[in-house]
Amino acid sequence: MEKTVNQKAWFLVLPVLILVAFSAVIPLMTVVNYSVQDTFGNNQFFWAGLEWFAEMLESERMWNALGRQLMFSAIILAIEIPLGIYVALHMPKSGFWSSFCLVLMSLPLLIPWNVVGTIWQIFGRVDIGLLGYTLDALGISYNYTQDTLDAWITIIVMDVWHWTSLVALLAFAGLKSIPDAYYQAAKIDQASRWKVFRFIELPKMMGVLMIAILLRFMDSFMIYTEPFVVTGGGPGNATTLLSIDLVKMALGQFDLGPAAAFSIMYFLVILLVSWVFYTVMTNLDKQEG
Amino acid sequence: MAKITLDNLAHSYLPKPQSEDDYALKELNHDWQDGAAYALLGSSGCGKSTLLNIISGLLRPSQGRILFNDRDVTDAPTAERNIAQVFQFPVVYDTMTVRDNLAFPLRNRGRDEAYVAERVQEIGAMIGMEHMLDRRARGLTADAKQKISLGRGMVRKDVNALLFDEPLTVIDPHMKWELRTQLKKLHHDFGHTMIYVTHDQTEALTFADKVVVMYDGRVVQIGTPEELFQTPEHTFVGYFIGSPGMNVIPAEVNGATARIEGTELRLKRGYGDLSGKVELGVRPEFARLSRTEGLPVTVRRVEDVGRHKLVRAEVFGHDINIIADEDDDVSADMTHVVFDTDFVNVYANDWRVPGEAA
Repeated sequence: MEKTVNQKAWFLVLPVLILVAFSAVIPLMTVVNYSVQDTFGNNQFFWAGLEWFAEMLESERMWNALGRQLMFSAIILAIEIPLGIYVALHMPKSGFWSSFCLVLMSLPLLIPWNVVGTIWQIFGRVDIGLLGYTLDALGISYNYTQDTLDAWITIIVMDVWHWTSLVALLAFAGLKSIPDAYYQAAKIDQASRWKVFRFIELPKMMGVLMIAILLRFMDSFMIYTEPFVVTGGGPGNATTLLSIDLVKMALGQFDLGPAAAFSIMYFLVILLVSWVFYTVMTNLDKQEG
Repeated sequence: MAKITLDNLAHSYLPKPQSEDDYALKELNHDWQDGAAYALLGSSGCGKSTLLNIISGLLRPSQGRILFNDRDVTDAPTAERNIAQVFQFPVVYDTMTVRDNLAFPLRNRGRDEAYVAERVQEIGAMIGMEHMLDRRARGLTADAKQKISLGRGMVRKDVNALLFDEPLTVIDPHMKWELRTQLKKLHHDFGHTMIYVTHDQTEALTFADKVVVMYDGRVVQIGTPEELFQTPEHTFVGYFIGSPGMNVIPAEVNGATARIEGTELRLKRGYGDLSGKVELGVRPEFARLSRTEGLPVTVRRVEDVGRHKLVRAEVFGHDINIIADEDDDVSADMTHVVFDTDFVNVYANDWRVPGEAA
């Protein structure tokens, strides 16, 4: 088929370009602007080139924050993905209880981030929180404001509580799309429960699981509100994740240059990971067809 | 391979069936002979898949027993029954190679690898896929996938029966013939008991030695294709099989005389005095147009389908179809229709009355 060429078609793309420019490109450019300049107040700016980038790449503080961030994302992915699949596999497939479970599980997803943070901040307090008080009464020493491990456990459990539902719902949707015939054929072939999972359920869920992993990785990699409300990055810097550190640097210390340079690198990391995921996913789709 | 016996079998999807209408499968007694090829034919929702799932053990019947070689397997799980089933949509394990797919049922049963390899090679040749055994099953065409699922069924030597649940629905028309021929050949060569569910009469009639016709949860006739054609036991069989189906005309029958709106018709056999809904059934093939004899008819339309002409007509307000040869006269002065009395069947309340020799 011959394609008609009409350069006026570019005008149809214009509204989107304008929207994206105002919502993303222009704000990002101000960050780029800060990242290559230095200021001593008075609204006077001096060209700094790539100095801030070089400084940031050598900054131990930033590498530590990145390390903590990667660890956080890795841990919550390692828990939420298998747990979500497990929950989805054990949910009722149809009927009233299926709908009931779906509604119940979507509840955490509907709570705003800072409210989730507040809930867990209070929940974990040793003096008035149900969790903290109970643990304390049982003789288990638990204090998320002073103990690094306790702080980590608290923010991880909080994230798992908040987001496992998302993984479970996606996995459930993937499971529901498997025709009954597959299970019947597996019965006839005398496949064990594990093999049904390994050769039927998992391959059929692969697409949605990739989306789940991507969403959870991006979200957890950019997480700010919840751990900030619960631990404020403490004790010390133990739970100072990337975005928390960034805000501290940019707004707390008003180091706009380094913070801007770092935001750009942060942004590039997320972009890179998303691109890798996108490529892997489209390749999976191709194999499917 | 096995003989399969259905003993007083019935099934309802409701927990407490009250009347006969609540049964998706009404009471049924039947022996499926060892090594025979059966087709289960009926329109959708007539209970044929229910029956198949009961045989394969995916469904437990609410009443009655099912026996394999006289052994009661009513409560035996699917795996224990040693049957194979090919489903409407091809089921293959996407991530495995064709070889692993075929080996899967044997490996799950703990057969040793040497035996598995040998069987897989044999079956691969049988379904004509030996050259792609090492390919991944993902991305194969529907008919190749369907062959794999057939192969997975046949890889076990001791399989009691092969069940097919409308296996050619998603296959391209030109591949349908090939696969059906292949199935027929496999049946001929290996003699498995085969039960083939379909709503396509051509498929059923070409595949099976015996066709089981189901209607509204009931088996209405079991017979050879010829029997179904010449002596349909139920009016449903009459118009479901044949293209177009049998003409069914309300009549009064008294002894060997039928009366349609006052016009008399001699019958071959005597039927006594029939009451209730009485109808005559005549296949379009056994009716012909005439100038003077027979019943008055109004021809509505003539369709030339190549091999023959299909005459759509009306007898006392009832639509009938007549098949006329290519060179038969279908001109406007053909105002009557004659039935071949050898092939006129009489039905009382939809069931055929055998009648006595007059």
